[in-house]
Amino acid sequence: MAKVDIRNEIRFILNGSDVVLTSVAPDATLLDWLRLDRTLRGTKEGCAEGDCGACTVLIGKLSAAGLVYESVNACIRFLGSLDGTHVVTVEHLRGEPGKLHPVQQAMVDFHGSQCGFCTPGFVMSLYGLWMKSPDPSNAAIEKALQGNLCRCTGYEAIMRAAHAISSYGKATKDPLAAERRDITTRLQALRDGARVEIGAGKTRLVVPADADDFASVFEHEPAATVVAGSTDVGLWVTKHMRDISPVIFIGNLPGLCAITEDKGVISIGAGVTYTEAFSTLSKRIPALGPLVDRIGGEQVRNMGTIGGNVANGSPIGDTPPPLIALGARLTLRKGKKRRTIPLQDFFIAYGKQDRQPGEFVEAVHVPVPAKDTRFAVYKVTKRRDEDITATLGAFHLNLAKDGTVADIRIAYGGMAATPKRASAVEKALIGKVWNEATVEAAMAEYANDFTPLTDMRATAEYRALAAKNLLLRFYVETTGNKAPFQVSRSEAA
Amino acid sequence: MNKHATPNLKAEKIVGGVATDQRHDSAHKHVSGSAVYIDDMPEPAGTLHVGLGLSKVAHGILKSVDLSAVRAAPGVVDVLTYADVPGENDVSPSNMHDDPVLAEGKVQFFGQPIFAVIAQTREAARRAARLARIEYDELPALISIWPLDPAKDKQVTTPLTLRRGDAAAAIAAAPRRVKGRMKLGGQDHFYLEGQVSLAIPGEDDEVIVYCSTQGPSETQHLVAHALGVPSHAVTVEVRRMGGGFGGKETQANQCAAIAAIAAKKLHRAVKVRLDRDEDMTATGKRHDFAIDYEVGFDDEGHILGVDFLFALNAGFSADLSGPVGDRALFHCDNAYFYPNVHAKSAPLYTNTVSNTAFRGFGGPQGMVGAERVIDEVAFAVGKDSLEIRKLNFYDPMEAIGARCVTPYHQKVEDCIIQRIVAELEESANYTRRRREIRAFNANSRFIKRGLALTPVKFGISFTKTESNQAGALVHVYADGSVHMNHGGTEMGQGLHLKVAQVVAEEFQIDLDRVKITATTTAKVPNTAPTAASSGADLNGMAAQNAARQIRQRLTDFAAEKYQVPVDQVVFLPNRVRVGNQEVSFNDLIKQAYIARVQLSAAGFYKTPKIHWDRSKGQGHAFYYYAYGAACSEVSVDTLTGEYVVERADILHDCGRSLNRAIDIGQVEGGFIQGMGWLTTEELWWDDKGRLRTHAPSTYKIPLASDRPKIFNVALTDWSQAYEPTIHRSKAVGEPPLPHGMSVLHALSDAVASVADHRICPRLDAPATPERVLMAIERLKKEARAGG
Repeated sequence: MAKVDIRNEIRFILNGSDVVLTSVAPDATLLDWLRLDRTLRGTKEGCAEGDCGACTVLIGKLSAAGLVYESVNACIRFLGSLDGTHVVTVEHLRGEPGKLHPVQQAMVDFHGSQCGFCTPGFVMSLYGLWMKSPDPSNAAIEKALQGNLCRCTGYEAIMRAAHAISSYGKATKDPLAAERRDITTRLQALRDGARVEIGAGKTRLVVPADADDFASVFEHEPAATVVAGSTDVGLWVTKHMRDISPVIFIGNLPGLCAITEDKGVISIGAGVTYTEAFSTLSKRIPALGPLVDRIGGEQVRNMGTIGGNVANGSPIGDTPPPLIALGARLTLRKGKKRRTIPLQDFFIAYGKQDRQPGEFVEAVHVPVPAKDTRFAVYKVTKRRDEDITATLGAFHLNLAKDGTVADIRIAYGGMAATPKRASAVEKALIGKVWNEATVEAAMAEYANDFTPLTDMRATAEYRALAAKNLLLRFYVETTGNKAPFQVSRSEAA
Repeated sequence: MNKHATPNLKAEKIVGGVATDQRHDSAHKHVSGSAVYIDDMPEPAGTLHVGLGLSKVAHGILKSVDLSAVRAAPGVVDVLTYADVPGENDVSPSNMHDDPVLAEGKVQFFGQPIFAVIAQTREAARRAARLARIEYDELPALISIWPLDPAKDKQVTTPLTLRRGDAAAAIAAAPRRVKGRMKLGGQDHFYLEGQVSLAIPGEDDEVIVYCSTQGPSETQHLVAHALGVPSHAVTVEVRRMGGGFGGKETQANQCAAIAAIAAKKLHRAVKVRLDRDEDMTATGKRHDFAIDYEVGFDDEGHILGVDFLFALNAGFSADLSGPVGDRALFHCDNAYFYPNVHAKSAPLYTNTVSNTAFRGFGGPQGMVGAERVIDEVAFAVGKDSLEIRKLNFYDPMEAIGARCVTPYHQKVEDCIIQRIVAELEESANYTRRRREIRAFNANSRFIKRGLALTPVKFGISFTKTESNQAGALVHVYADGSVHMNHGGTEMGQGLHLKVAQVVAEEFQIDLDRVKITATTTAKVPNTAPTAASSGADLNGMAAQNAARQIRQRLTDFAAEKYQVPVDQVVFLPNRVRVGNQEVSFNDLIKQAYIARVQLSAAGFYKTPKIHWDRSKGQGHAFYYYAYGAACSEVSVDTLTGEYVVERADILHDCGRSLNRAIDIGQVEGGFIQGMGWLTTEELWWDDKGRLRTHAPSTYKIPLASDRPKIFNVALTDWSQAYEPTIHRSKAVGEPPLPHGMSVLHALSDAVASVADHRICPRLDAPATPERVLMAIERLKKEARAGG
């Protein structure tokens, strides 16, 4: 085990001030700390589960691209995970002396607030967007606001405000832009390559120095809760008051955040967030682009990781089915030992994965489909965006020269206790001519593959019907017909 | 941010009078996070926090309640049960004594509060609350109203019947008849700020409760009742709510009572703030309805007789279910004249949370029933629904004939729906788009478009006559600045701003001279809850009355001091012309103060004309009606039932709007909220009676990306209230919500296209993608079966 320095404090920047905390409960949330310890009460609690966005703050972190600010949900973000970051709350926004910030003034002038409770969260989300994209499209604004609920305005006024922000000031003249160099220097100074350890037993939290350090810490403390984006574990605390100690925080961990491509295989470190992963993935595998826009809200995508989505083994995680259909493999690591398995073999049963104590998901390897391969993924939900899957189907098809199905991989979420291949359906398709009659015959096989459940998201009947209809949609989309086969937000009627 | 500049003494108009577009008075505070909600107030030293212990069964006898582990938990100061309630253990707003503060002997729904943990921190209280050991003797539980029989099953309060003509005979004699049933889901308010109260004990029996409530007077009254003290001992104050929508009309009272009881018992400030799951589980929602209807009509589509049974899920107690059922009946006509009508409500008891007020208060449910009937008639006679709607409208106000009497025998004297629908039909290109959609659908195998235009007529007044009164308190300080207070509460709707505009107008001073202050029962007593869209109508009038009293005193004073006739005292912007000279308003006030003129007044208003005899089902229930219409277009994926709203056009009547900017916001927001109710917002209970959609992860209110891609909202610039309302404006809180019906009907239209528009889809609500797909499958099957 390589020698690492140990530090017993969390250090970050809150708005303009340096913060050093020596006593941090492993389950303390950023929101409670802001509101109760710092009495910064502009940031609100609306749901305590990362769905409403009233608690949105920006987190600045040093990444390969330099200092980036991203919107996150303070309600499910653990205080212990903030080491080396810059936390920006609504109280930090300001315009020229005595004036509101352009985002704020636009919201005021365009009547973007009514009751005002969700407003600070909207302001922060719009601020995060505006810094990256000063003149965003409608679609970009809607995407940035997928994680913000407003119950009063109907959003129209907020959209008008969002389009007007740049007429109130330049993003380049924004205080955060002006302070960028200073903040970067200060954050770099916080990076000492040390492992953070605070407390013991029930109060113990660890922020490993890097991936190797994490492997060694976790091997020695296999009972620890590993927290990457906390978009799931956050709810264990806020909703279920579960004891998660001791905790190992691996968000933004050096050595786990790389995305590389080698010989047509993209490897994604387990600590890579949805936002980071999909900026690369959707360029190489365009069909994944529309899917990522429908996973959580922007804040959740900025926190949540593909590694976490895979590792927690949920039957309704949105990335495993397409990754299985793509033939992805998984590297698991325990200490210094690594093994690589097909992703689909990782999921054994509900709540049970092929992972040993002290072993963790280190990376996912995703083959880029060949040029002639047809690949698609469809998610079906009650509400289009920021909703949890009722059923999700992914299809990976290679046709032979004679128009028959050479091979096809079909994987579903929401249809069984784990993400699962539709083997009977695949079998009914392979070797057959890829036409509607074949597809219709194969649709009857769904009943042999899946016995879905009824719950608050959908009935078993609906899941079964919609799931098999997705195969028909996939078929017609491969026929080259340009007619719309899905409803879409993208363009007006 | 509002720096008070020197008033402009040359201005031709004041800044911020009535009928001007003003920004929300708190907007600059909302955006900077400095608007203070109750959980943001600095807590007094030693403030304690509450965690609630909720029932884990839907119906049962409390066999044993062992709280020893709760009491022993770290940080716990006390645990309250019903036995700690010093007064009556009840917060029923309808005087039915059926709403316990804390359950006593039995529980009647999953999530009913049984005990309250009082601890040093909120977290400690929440953790401790989970340690209770409670044993129940479970009883059979009614979870849904669908299987219930209104003729036999228990109702929580007396139902209402409306009757005009002979519906049964008219239906029997009609050339055509249709009968059916509609299931209509409820809705959670999902105000972003959950229920919250902070109680601070005072001397003797006094207590101040800062409470996120729409009805401070009622909260005061019920807290006093639970404490067993006179109302004068209790002060309730609220500066603003983070949304209300009816969900804080009565539902705030329980938390307020628990906070006050704990504060008085422990002599410390106590705060109750529910988390989202508790809030959604333990507080009431919009009622779900089962609507049985039968309609008789002629071959043209004229309705001849209608019979409705509106069964509503009251939940375990009466709360406001009686009046909510009443309002459903009051709106079962929407904008249509029924020559013969019989309509009955049935507020059914179930073992679910007690349902309550929600924007529209049963009215939207009544209208949804009316529109289903219109759809049935349209499909039966094979015409576009819009044609059937127009055939059956009430007579327009300029040509009132026999078709103007409502099922409750009130004459509709101000009907402008024809003009609104005609203008909207034109501006939305209804006819052309109808044609284009037919063509599109003929060429599109899986994606189908749908279009619908639905009207709204909404009755304005509380049907409980005594609620139609309001008070205000206006002080003019010696420097000429004004302090304004009234009984209405601010939940985002811009009520305080509108009332301040009214006061500024009366004094002819700039709006920034009028200070908006928190609503408190200590300043204005015995107020109605801010509900029924009445806020500006009632409180604007009361504040105007107060301001006018002061202005009259100033006029008399100036006339006497300057020795001019009273009619030569004229209030101009920021100044007063007295004879031939002009005095600034501030100077006049200073002079009046020195001359010992009373510069404070309590204002009062009661709505004239209205009366209502519930036992007869007759009366002049509403002072006036607000109107509007909406036209929506959707695209539906017939493989999954998923859909998007392509476009919505709304034309809405606010009379002479007090503030167009605010009113447009109400219309846009109301439409989206109504659309959410009828589309993706689904409340889902499991067979144990446990609500499983109790947070935004599972309960889906609309997002920005659910708004129509094209969204055109306009106000009628030509309408004005028929009655002398405040500056001839009309109420705007609730009336726009039912515009969401246009989306439900557009979805229904798209569904109908799979069977060539020959079969009424009978699409129930909420029309989730699942319900849409299942309706499509049913229609395809019926079409095949019917050849």
